[in-house]
Amino acid sequence: MQEYIAQSYDVVVVGAGHAGIEAGLAAARLGVKTAVFTINLDWVGNLPCNPSIGGTAKGHLVREIDALGGEMGKAADDCFIQSRMLNRGKGPAVHSLRAQIDRRAYAGRMKKTLEQQENLDLRQAELVDLRPTKEGWEVVTRLGAVYPAKTVILATGTFLGGRIYVGEVSYEGGPDGMFAATQLSDAIRRLGLTLRRFKTGTPARVHRGSVDLNKLEIQEGDNPVIPFSFETQQPGPNRAVCHISWTNEKTKQVILENLHRSPLYSGKIEGVGPRYCPSIEDKIVRFADKERHQLFIEPCGLETEELYLQGMSSSLPEEVQLQFLRTIPGLEQVQIMRTAYAIEYDCCDPQQLDATLECKKWPGLFGAGQFNGSSGYEEAAAQGLVAGINAARRVQGKPPFLLDRASSYIGTLIDDLVTKGCSDPYRMMTSRSEYRLVLRQDNADERLTPLGREIGLISDRRWAKFLEKQEKKAQELKRISNTILPPSEELNDLLVSHETSPVVTGARLSDLLRRPQLSYAVLTPVDRERPDLPSEIFELCEVEVKYEGYIKRQKAQIEEMRRLEGKKLPSDLDYRTITGLRLEAQEKLNKVGPRSVGQASRISGVSPADVSVLLIWLAGKGENHGNHS
Amino acid sequence: MAGSEKTIAAISTPQAAGGIGIVRISGADARQVAQRVFHAASGKSILTAKGYTALFGRVADRDGEFDEAVALVFAAPKSYTGEDVVELSCHGGLFLVRRLLAAVLAAGARPAGPGEFTRRAFLNGKLSLTGAEAVMDLIGAQGKQAAAAALAAKDGALGKRIHGVKETILALSAHLAAWVDYPEDDIPALKPQVFQQDLADAQQELEGLLSGFDRGKVIREGVETVLAGRPNVGKSTLMNLLSGCERSIVTDIPGTTRDVVEETVRLGNVVLRLADTAGLRDTQNPVEAAGVARTRERLKTAGLVLAVFDASEPLDREDRGLLRALRESRAVAVINKTDLPARIERNEIQAAIPQVVELSAASGQGYEALAKAVEEALGTAQIDPAAGMLATERQKQCAMRAKDAVFEAREALKAGMTLDAVSVALDDAAAALLELTGERVTDAVLDQVFARFCVGK
Repeated sequence: MQEYIAQSYDVVVVGAGHAGIEAGLAAARLGVKTAVFTINLDWVGNLPCNPSIGGTAKGHLVREIDALGGEMGKAADDCFIQSRMLNRGKGPAVHSLRAQIDRRAYAGRMKKTLEQQENLDLRQAELVDLRPTKEGWEVVTRLGAVYPAKTVILATGTFLGGRIYVGEVSYEGGPDGMFAATQLSDAIRRLGLTLRRFKTGTPARVHRGSVDLNKLEIQEGDNPVIPFSFETQQPGPNRAVCHISWTNEKTKQVILENLHRSPLYSGKIEGVGPRYCPSIEDKIVRFADKERHQLFIEPCGLETEELYLQGMSSSLPEEVQLQFLRTIPGLEQVQIMRTAYAIEYDCCDPQQLDATLECKKWPGLFGAGQFNGSSGYEEAAAQGLVAGINAARRVQGKPPFLLDRASSYIGTLIDDLVTKGCSDPYRMMTSRSEYRLVLRQDNADERLTPLGREIGLISDRRWAKFLEKQEKKAQELKRISNTILPPSEELNDLLVSHETSPVVTGARLSDLLRRPQLSYAVLTPVDRERPDLPSEIFELCEVEVKYEGYIKRQKAQIEEMRRLEGKKLPSDLDYRTITGLRLEAQEKLNKVGPRSVGQASRISGVSPADVSVLLIWLAGKGENHGNHS
Repeated sequence: MAGSEKTIAAISTPQAAGGIGIVRISGADARQVAQRVFHAASGKSILTAKGYTALFGRVADRDGEFDEAVALVFAAPKSYTGEDVVELSCHGGLFLVRRLLAAVLAAGARPAGPGEFTRRAFLNGKLSLTGAEAVMDLIGAQGKQAAAAALAAKDGALGKRIHGVKETILALSAHLAAWVDYPEDDIPALKPQVFQQDLADAQQELEGLLSGFDRGKVIREGVETVLAGRPNVGKSTLMNLLSGCERSIVTDIPGTTRDVVEETVRLGNVVLRLADTAGLRDTQNPVEAAGVARTRERLKTAGLVLAVFDASEPLDREDRGLLRALRESRAVAVINKTDLPARIERNEIQAAIPQVVELSAASGQGYEALAKAVEEALGTAQIDPAAGMLATERQKQCAMRAKDAVFEAREALKAGMTLDAVSVALDDAAAALLELTGERVTDAVLDQVFARFCVGK
């Protein structure tokens, strides 16, 4: 193939999915010359599985992306057709926003945003080679165009070495009928990076006209709608509903009779599938006692009749899919428009990456999203944002941008990936964060917007608005701790009617709010001096007061954690040279190459004694260099 | 660096019987911790003592004073570690020193990790750089020992019970996690009563476990030991030898010891709670028969049996009955009256009880051999006391933290707090117990979620 030099960039992003979009936008917005490549320009920001964004912990991620100045939250607010806050009543730490998205509208919205972004070129091309050069990198398209780049971000999703499985049929392919990137994997392997196979799957899409929705339970959206973005003032109304149905004994029977035709059970698929996202055949085999499995029927958009069947992901043959779907109430006459499939793809072992998402072996080469072993749009976007920021900062000669576990779910996600690695596609969950009472979706801006401002992704207007909100909150917190309500009959009647004890002396408003039975809403009649503030401020204050004890304790744990996080380890350290480390610890430490003693302590196989040895080694090294503290 | 870390304590003398035993306490709160267990005879306080001061007094735990001791106070930075250090010296011997350590830990110190004093000394600039490699080697070695001890303890009775509680807590955590992280799957909410009950059970189990394995109790009470043997082989004389005074009625008339008499004695490194019993002979005398029945009962429940035989007489039916009864027990055979001509069949005894000691209870000859045989029989001779101690103190501390966290979870639940707060307290409890095996709580919970619940789209 005849090659030619096309154009050079500071940052080249491979892929325009959720990771690629955030990476490209962040880099371009930080002022470096950026190109984003995609195999198919019509599906920038595609939602190849659920037509939805958010959900437990993922909603937190979207809020955090937004708080740092990312795009996903705003785009989701623009394109949602139904929105719900999940886990209401289970506590503020686990409230999670989830929205059904019009997927064509979303793809269009994202494409336009990229097209209009200064410093950013959006190109349709399959990349077939990736080569290190003296100045950085070169990527080569299938048509022979060579793009020199200072940094490259791999956000290849399921395209990289993608292979589709439906029953006995299998072929090379990417998601939604697009073609796979078939040559890039070899180029990556030539760099000495280890790739492995993961797999994921998606259920069938069916025609609305063939489903008897009248039979089914309806799930409505929330009113009022709470937006993802801290910048969205007036989110639109809900414009669609979802429906719920259940599988039954007949469904199970059909699936079990045809199990031998599933490529998962016949052993054709070697990729590791996600534990949290099992196919329906997996669920039926692993939980044989369960009589029925739930499915959510979700609209794919306003301008289409396609419905998505959440919970019915499968790689059984097409005719078996149709047969088992038709056993489900409401789907007796169902017509499949797109067949469910499993897709296997190449990804890296994220332990090869630094917390900047840069390859330790190849500075300037970044990974984000499914390439790093994660799964999910939100997880991808979060990594894309961090990779994009760090690529730009590398080009500009600025220090790396790192988020620790206590700062955010994004930091937790990245730390989990690069420190522990993952044996199956990684999905974020609230239970993954030990600091979840602090890392709430309601305070994402408070945690991260100052960082976003520092990096340069938060506009003056937004920063002013943020400061104003913080000021209002501080004032209100002050007010409630200074306001003392006298023990009136009205107050005590109110307290008793909410099954909490009356007061004999004056009661501080904040002390009353601390009681689990009471809230701003309950106290309205007796809180006469209450200022007129946005409801989100009251919610924030209430959470902070009510959970103060728990939050304090978590903050103490965070400080303890950060003490070790502050003990930095050199990146080129050969741990075999450190006396006193156990052999297992030496091997693990050499594999991961932790940045700090804190990160080292989280690697499985590194014991407290090994951590002590590292601390002493560090102290000795400090003395060596004459800067012993 | 100095003062920023928690106050730690450990036994700093070789753990062997005799001599002086020292518990070293180091950290910002070292004086406060020491003051809680040490009471100076002069009435002076450790809190205000100058560096390099020695105070004489007594040490006490929850159950009162238990030894005389000397407190040596070192003021930061002029100490081994560079922090405030108090060294409490008490009379030597494993059990007193361990009891003292237990008291110090109860007073707020945490057990020192492998090489931790040395590490602090180094980090505070008290050790030269040239010493660093040696220190790291030392820590490496101690870490290995501690890991081995922890592994051994994991299979012990305590380890198994801790594992049981851990499973209960993880199951609850996993249920909450599945319920929270998969709101759209049909995960039933935990029923409040069931939840409360499971937590109450876990707390009770932890409390039982802590009290049952309270080191102080073991130290004070020692190993329950039965003196067995037919009448007049010299059990009471042996008891008097061990306790150093005359307690039982010693006569030459068989069967004069009718009651189970209890006495706590030190034998080498081991504390024995001795019961001098009536013999095992058939008798028509109702008072004596009652004593015999108690003896048989004790043989079944005892931690150690000292089976006493008379060297001057051949084994009789009752002796042989005793040998048979002891096949399953941990026992030491004591062939008494070695000052008289031997007529006993030693080989027959040896075949039934591997540990055989020849002794003259009247003269005290053979006492050392007895101490050694008892340690062999109990298996304490093979245990490295420092490592074992470390492992079990950690288990205890972890169990205590877990208990407190479970209590907190229950309180939160009772107060009507939302379950996210409860789940964090539960995770703290699980984390405390998982620390023993080095697992991470978030991983353990997720493994359980996927094992137990059918979740996901």
